[in-house]
Amino acid sequence: MDITIIAETQGNGLHAVTNQLVGAASSLGASPTVLCGGGVGADEAAGIAGVGKVLSVTGDCFSTFDGGAWAAAFDAAAGSGVIVGAATAQGRDVVARIAARRGIPVVQDVVSMSPGLNMTHPIYSGKAMQEVTVSGDCGVTLRANTFAPAGGGGSAETATVQQSGDVKIAVQEAIAKASERLDVADADIIISGGRGMGGPENFDKLYALADEMGGAVGASRAAVDAWDGIPHTMQVGQTGKTVNPSLYIAVGISGAIQHLAGMRTSKYIVAINKDPEAPIFKVADYGIVATWEEAMPVLAAEIAKIL
Amino acid sequence: MVEIAVLLKQVPDTNAKIVVVGGRVDESAVTSWVTSPYDEYALEAALQHTEAAGGSITAITLGPARADKVLKDAAALGVTKLVRIWDDSWQDLDSKQVQSALANAVQAAGAELVYCGKQSADRNQGSTGPGVAELLGAGCVVEVSEFDAAGTTYLRPAASGSEKVTVAAPAVVTFTKTASDLRRPNVRGIMMAKRAQIDVVAGDVGSSTVNFNGHSSPAEKPPGKTYEGSGSVPEVVGLLRDEAKVL
Ligand SMILES: Cc1cc2nc3c(=O)[nH]c(=O)nc-3n(C[C@H](O)[C@H](O)[C@H](O)COP(=O)(O)OP(=O)(O)OC[C@H]3O[C@@H](n4cnc5c(N)ncnc54)[C@H](O)[C@@H]3O)c2cc1C
Ligand SMILES: Nc1ncnc2c1ncn2[C@@H]1O[C@H](COP(=O)(O)O)[C@@H](O)[C@H]1O
Repeated sequence: MDITIIAETQGNGLHAVTNQLVGAASSLGASPTVLCGGGVGADEAAGIAGVGKVLSVTGDCFSTFDGGAWAAAFDAAAGSGVIVGAATAQGRDVVARIAARRGIPVVQDVVSMSPGLNMTHPIYSGKAMQEVTVSGDCGVTLRANTFAPAGGGGSAETATVQQSGDVKIAVQEAIAKASERLDVADADIIISGGRGMGGPENFDKLYALADEMGGAVGASRAAVDAWDGIPHTMQVGQTGKTVNPSLYIAVGISGAIQHLAGMRTSKYIVAINKDPEAPIFKVADYGIVATWEEAMPVLAAEIAKIL
Repeated sequence: MVEIAVLLKQVPDTNAKIVVVGGRVDESAVTSWVTSPYDEYALEAALQHTEAAGGSITAITLGPARADKVLKDAAALGVTKLVRIWDDSWQDLDSKQVQSALANAVQAAGAELVYCGKQSADRNQGSTGPGVAELLGAGCVVEVSEFDAAGTTYLRPAASGSEKVTVAAPAVVTFTKTASDLRRPNVRGIMMAKRAQIDVVAGDVGSSTVNFNGHSSPAEKPPGKTYEGSGSVPEVVGLLRDEAKVL
């Protein structure tokens, strides 16, 4: 099966999910071609084990993000077969458009995949799973942190193709992040606070611990809605971000179904809540029935001991 | 003046329990159907945009008869052009089929702007906005969280934070949550909605290469352990290190 991967980039290099895309393609027996928009991350991609070939797609359109223009450039550079990207905002946009250009279907946010192109993806925010089989070419995006990454040590050949597309979007103003803190979408450890934190000032306790652990701070919608200083970018859940970290610590969060939708696939979940009946305990691997006022200082001290 | 098409999908209430019976989600067990949450943000943006710039809105849904409700709800807020696309032979449609049916309806409505949700609350795909844009030869700004009422600029996420962008018409804009929750209808609106006419159209969506094998319930996690009091924290931290190996 021919697989073309649209590399997911971060800054001037590859996002870690790109190795997972290659790992998933290899598990189907493919030796994928990796397309790097604007040439970003091409050298790195050539070093990923299992990559057949790297194409630097260089064109003016790659200076800012425009899904339509990028899809046109990638479409012209890619051969037929299966187009694989990451299920990020940009990846979904670009792969959906390449598929639409080619008149083939797209299946987004796939969490398992087997030869013959059997795929599973969550529906109803993870309350059920959909299984599909596609015959023929299609677009596919994969959920981050669900496929084993390919390692290093590869030495694929790299070529450059000049392709661009019509840019329809113009950036008028770039607005820097309010803080330089790690985003929940990129973090492997997340500590989230809910209404039970009592007020935004108490999130300092969560920031301190997150900084110590190299993690990010998230929030429930109730916290985001109630308090200035807890922006929507921190919100985890159905109308916030879907996260998939190794460790998710929920503090003062009841565990409403819309919150669970965004975090229930975390590898390990710890819940701190004073109410033993809180639904968050149903999904927690380790639940601690206590107030955060009591539990957080102990947690911080214990973690400081072992890090 | 601006002609906007808003794509509204009917989905089970996000609080609804989703049960799988015989390898399929049991829709008959869903008691409350609503407009997909992000689509409501798209609708509110369209209402504000046409209020500021003049013009009109066409609300389009693809779904069975029960989906008339999302159109009637939009009518109660003053939307006068209502289109439902359906064919009783349809069950699972693939991305391509949904996109082509919706793109055709957008074209028929003569809209130069399409506002929709970043993803539907049932399928969670995020394919429709970009796909419809491709079929229309339009630009597409995804995951917009702020807009100005006159509709010329949109705020989208970017690696470095966010970006205020403009997009050439025709264009598709997909909305995430914005600060503008959907307004509530007034009594007059509700009365108007009762008489609103829905244009039901059939669509030819062609064949599909996707086989929808069925649904399953998500793998249940083994039940976790619950500990009483903050005195248990050291033990939990030990387990995170030794059992879970995440520290
Ligand atoms: C369409 C829709 C979309 C939604 N999307 C989202 C979403 O994306 N994300 C999201 O989170 N929610 C979402 N919600 C809201 C969701 O239904 C809940 O209202 C919300 O998650 C509740 O937030 P919470 O757990 O912080 O607050 P609460 O439900 O008020 O829970 C607070 C918890 O803190 C505990 N507590 C109180 N004091 C303490 C203390 N001192 N120490 C420890 N624990 C304490 C309480 O026992 C309680 O369990 C959505 C709702 C709808 C209708
Ligand atoms: N059947 C439908 N009827 C109307 N709008 C739809 C339909 N399917 C998808 N959409 C629109 O496209 C958005 C993204 O849907 P999806 O690609 O399914 O995640 C939704 O939020 C709607 O605005």
